[in-house]
This record gives sequence, C-alpha cells and structure tokens, in this order.
Amino acid sequence: MAVPDAGTAAADRAGAPARRVARRPGRAFSVTRLPGFGLVAVTVFVLLYAPIATLIVYSFNDAPTISVWGGFSLRWYADAWANQQVKDAALRSLLIASFAAAISTTVATMAALGTTRRGRFPGQTFIYVMINQPLMVPEIVTAVALLIFFAAIKVATGYQGLGYLILAHSAFCVPFAYLPIRARLESMDLSLETAAADLYATPWQTFRRVTLPLMAPGIAAGAMLAFVISLDDVIITEFVKSAGQDTLPTYMLGKLRRAITPEVNAISTALLGLTVLLLTAFFLLTRKRG
Amino acid sequence: MGQRSDGERNVSEPAAVEARDTVKTFGAGEQAVRALDRVSLTIRRGEFFTLLGPSGCGKTTLLRLIAGFESPTAGAILIGGRDVTAEPPNRRPVNTVFQSYALFPHLTVAQNVGFGLEMLGRPMAEVRATVERMLALVKLEAMAGRRPQQLSGGQQQRVALARALAPAPQVLLLDEPLSALDLKLRKEMQGELKRLQHETGITFVFVTHDQEEALTMSDRIGVMSAGRLLQVGPPREIYNRPVNRFVADFIGESNFLPGRVERGAVRLGSGDLVSVPGLPPEGTAVTIAVRPEQVRIGAAGEPGTIAATLTDAVYFGTDTHCHLALADGAEVVARLQSPPSGEIGLAPGARVGLRFAEGAVQVLGD
Repeated sequence: MAVPDAGTAAADRAGAPARRVARRPGRAFSVTRLPGFGLVAVTVFVLLYAPIATLIVYSFNDAPTISVWGGFSLRWYADAWANQQVKDAALRSLLIASFAAAISTTVATMAALGTTRRGRFPGQTFIYVMINQPLMVPEIVTAVALLIFFAAIKVATGYQGLGYLILAHSAFCVPFAYLPIRARLESMDLSLETAAADLYATPWQTFRRVTLPLMAPGIAAGAMLAFVISLDDVIITEFVKSAGQDTLPTYMLGKLRRAITPEVNAISTALLGLTVLLLTAFFLLTRKRG
Repeated sequence: MGQRSDGERNVSEPAAVEARDTVKTFGAGEQAVRALDRVSLTIRRGEFFTLLGPSGCGKTTLLRLIAGFESPTAGAILIGGRDVTAEPPNRRPVNTVFQSYALFPHLTVAQNVGFGLEMLGRPMAEVRATVERMLALVKLEAMAGRRPQQLSGGQQQRVALARALAPAPQVLLLDEPLSALDLKLRKEMQGELKRLQHETGITFVFVTHDQEEALTMSDRIGVMSAGRLLQVGPPREIYNRPVNRFVADFIGESNFLPGRVERGAVRLGSGDLVSVPGLPPEGTAVTIAVRPEQVRIGAAGEPGTIAATLTDAVYFGTDTHCHLALADGAEVVARLQSPPSGEIGLAPGARVGLRFAEGAVQVLGD
C-alpha cells in the first residue's frame, strides 16, 4: 500500500532551499541530467497510468467486452446504478469507511496528542512502532488473525453484524490517520499551549481554543486518508466478512470470477473519482499552513 | 550579600514575588541536574527586576517556576503574598512574554491580545476596549486584523507584549524577549519596555544574559550562576561593588590582581602596595578588582604610582584600551578616552606609572 505521508510534504518544504542550490547551473549533482532519464521517467508514467486510462476508457465502451471498442456509451454506469447488489455494496463500503474513519481518527488523534505534546520520553520509538504496526505486519497475517479472533467472538456472542468489519477497518486505519496528525502536531510549538495556560485558559479551554483548531487540518487529512484506505480494502474484508456483507471491492472481485463486463470498469472509475477527490482535498489540507 | 538597600520598604505591603529556598532538580538519580540551588529572592511591587546570568544559570527556570510552568522540587513561590506553589499557571496573576513569542497563529492580532481577558470571562465590550487600548499602547492599532505571520519580528514582539499586558497581571515575566531582534530594534524595544513599565506600573521580571540590557533597564538586578543567586542589588551597586569574581567578570570588564594583605594594604605580585579600606586580617591572600576605566596612566616614577610598561594600545573609537604589564608580568588594562587626535601619545614599550581611582579598588572573596 502506498502511504501518502504528510511528513513528506513537510520534508519537501524544509528541503526547498537545498533544491534551489542544486538548480544553480553547472553546480551539484542532478539526476535529471543523467542519460536516459527522460526515457525512464516516461516509461514509469506510462506503466503507472496507461492501465488506469484503459480502464476509464473502456468503462464508456458500448460493447459488452473490456477489450474491443464498440462506441461511446454510459450504459455500464446505468447498469451499475440499477444493480441493487452494487448499491448495497457501495452503501456498505461507505458506511464501514465512515465509521472506520471516525473511530480510527479519534484514536489516532489521542495517540498523536499523547506522543507529541510533551518532551521526549523513554520508549517513544517503541510506541511509534506499536502504533504503526499495521503498516509493517503483512495484511494477510492480520486478516487471518482477525478471522480466527472474530470467529471465536461470533461463536461466543452470536453477533453477526457489520461491527466486525468496522472494528477491523478501524484498527488498520489508525496508522494512516496517525501519520498526518502527528506531522501536523510536530510542526506546532509546544509553547503555544504554555502561553494559553499562562493567559488563564484551563486545560480544556487550551485544547478547545488552541490545540484543536491548529491541528484540525491534520485531523481532517487523517480522516480522509483513513476513509480512502478503508474504502479500498480487499484482503482483510474478504476474510472478516460474513455472508451478504460484500463491500464494493469484494463484490467486484466476486464478479470478476464469473463474467467480466465493463460494469466493473464503470464502478472502478466511480471509485477512482471519489478517491482522487478525497486525496486532492487531503493534499490541499496538508499543504496549507496555519 | 550586597542587599544593603533592601528592607527599608513598608513591611505591611507584600512583595510582588517571593521565592523561598527554591530548589529545582531535573532528572533523577545520577543524572539529576540541580537547575536551582536554594534560591531565595524578593521582588518588590512595581520594580523592573532583571535576572541576569549566562545560559544555563537557572534564570529561565526561576521564571518558569514563578509562572507555574514547572513546580519546584523544594521551597515555595509567593505572588503578592499568596503562596501559589501548588497553583497551575492559569490561576496565577502573572503573564509571560515568551522568547519565541508563542503567538497563536490561527488568531488575529486583536484576538491574540484579547485571549487572556476572554479566558477570564470578561464581557466582550470590556475585552474590545482593552484590546484597543493595548494595541494603541504598543502602536499596532493598524494591525488588529492581521495574523501574526504577516507581521515583522519587532511587531510580533509588541503583540506578545500587548497580549501579556492586557489582563493587567500583577507581574509581567519576560523571558529574553529581545534576543531575536537585531541590535537597532533591540535598543528601541528596551526604551519601549521601560516606557510600558512606567506607564502601567506593573512589576516586570526580565530575564537576560545581556549585561548591558540589565544595567540600562533595571531597578534591581539579580545575578545568577550555576543555579545560585550570587548578588541582588541596583545596577550601580552590582557594577561597582561586585561580591565575587564571577559577578565582577560577568558584568563589565575587570582587572584581577592577586595579592596578600600586608601592613593594612595589599601587596601585589609585582611588589607594589595598594591601599584599600576594609581589608581582611594580615597575611590573607586576596584578589583585587579594578575596572579598566578606573585605571589612570601617569608619568613613570611619579610617587604613589605602580611601574608598568605599555604592551599594546587598541583603538576603539571613543576609547583606547591600553594593555600594560606590571613588574611581575601581570596584565592590567586601562581604558582611556581617546583624545581628538585619536593618538594617546604612547608607543608600545613606553614606561608609565599607574594609579587606581579613589574608591575604585574592590577586594574580592573567592
């Protein structure tokens, strides 16, 4: 999984003067002047985007195949829109993603406050690693672990609802929400809260009036990232879901096993559109300062 | 310890700030660092008090203890006669101007200045009126709607001042507020601070490592080193009657000459006798200190002078610093006002006679 880390944005800003130095003509090493740079760059972009472009183009295909062009049409979008299973799966995906984003962002906000609004403390690195655990453990391991764990609970309680998926998604979304929030908090001077306390603000007022408004862009960015990550998950969902709990990605996977029609392209394109929208908002939020 | 002028005030009026046997230790066990070592201090109401010392001497720690950002390991802090040792910062009637200013970036200048009053729950009309008055006081009326990031360093500094003054605290704490400004702006702000203190009548506790800043601005100075308060007194007393070598050396420049008490005078290493009043008993080893501007240069062999040789003369514009060697090689620096020609008329190697101005020689304990 690619991790669009808000920390990179911060690092870019810090590196800006250095880059200006490197751009001075005849000075310093620059990878852009190596032979073949242009070719490699173009190849990489083609490999990255050609498949997605093809997917989008064929979502407008009039023919019932994903490889032969039969003219422009929106019929697959109409089909997908009319398909009750798609609607159910999409709603389920949005529901799970909303809950998972809300829960994981709350947890991540508290974790980020606890790890940054203070001096260095023993075990800090260990805590960071613990919080970011889902980024490092192979997803399939987590999926199997959750399957076994939840199976035991299902037997014990008899509860079969969406709660398991929401919990599972919340858990693996925490580090994605945590990273941008932590990056935001680390850019905020600790003396701001000290100053608020000095100006008669109680700890709650300090949080409400100073810390929270200043970290809000980080929280929003974290929530969006968590939302997108949850929306997109296949592996853990596939293992944890009960019968009739397909999300959009697992529904598409199931459908691809039988017949492949451009309807899948249409759903994918819609999902891509939503994701691009959210990630653009995320980027703008993490870029804007103060 | 040099507090001769203390204790003449009305006893019934409580001190603005009092620190009693305050100890602050950071860390624990072997790595424990004693940032403050049994510091006792009384700051009077309405005075401009400066805590002066090199970095790491504990002056900022003491300030943070008064503000309540740290709690003392031992001892007590009183503000206006009330023991606030256990009170959090938001319940102490003091405000701080931070070294980094710590202005709230998401609030406008006016909102920053009004923050304290708002937290105190004052009515909006009063907050607005006070903010206006404060911005006028620091001459930033035109900037009320701006964000701190849109202001220059000097303007941000003034916003920080206005914000801390707005709730009319009993004591204003200033943590090296001028250190981020360039020289010209710093001089300007020094005057500004004095004016504000005069106009508001609020007790200022100012922390700095700049001795000139301390001397020019303060009613009284407390000199600190290695967690201890060495001397408290008005600038003239600190400068002219330092209690020990550290204070004499840290504030201004001094010539230090070791010697021994002999026949009611001090016998220097060069063999010369310097008469000083109030000496310890015969035979005691002492160090005398003389400020360079209190050293007079006369003709060689003049009675009552100390024989010396000019080794170097460095021109500083208004002054010329003459480096002189005594008979035993000990160095004495004399600061002479430069004559109109800029030439003091002495070349290195010249033999001269030194005299120390009346009352200028200090005997220091070590």
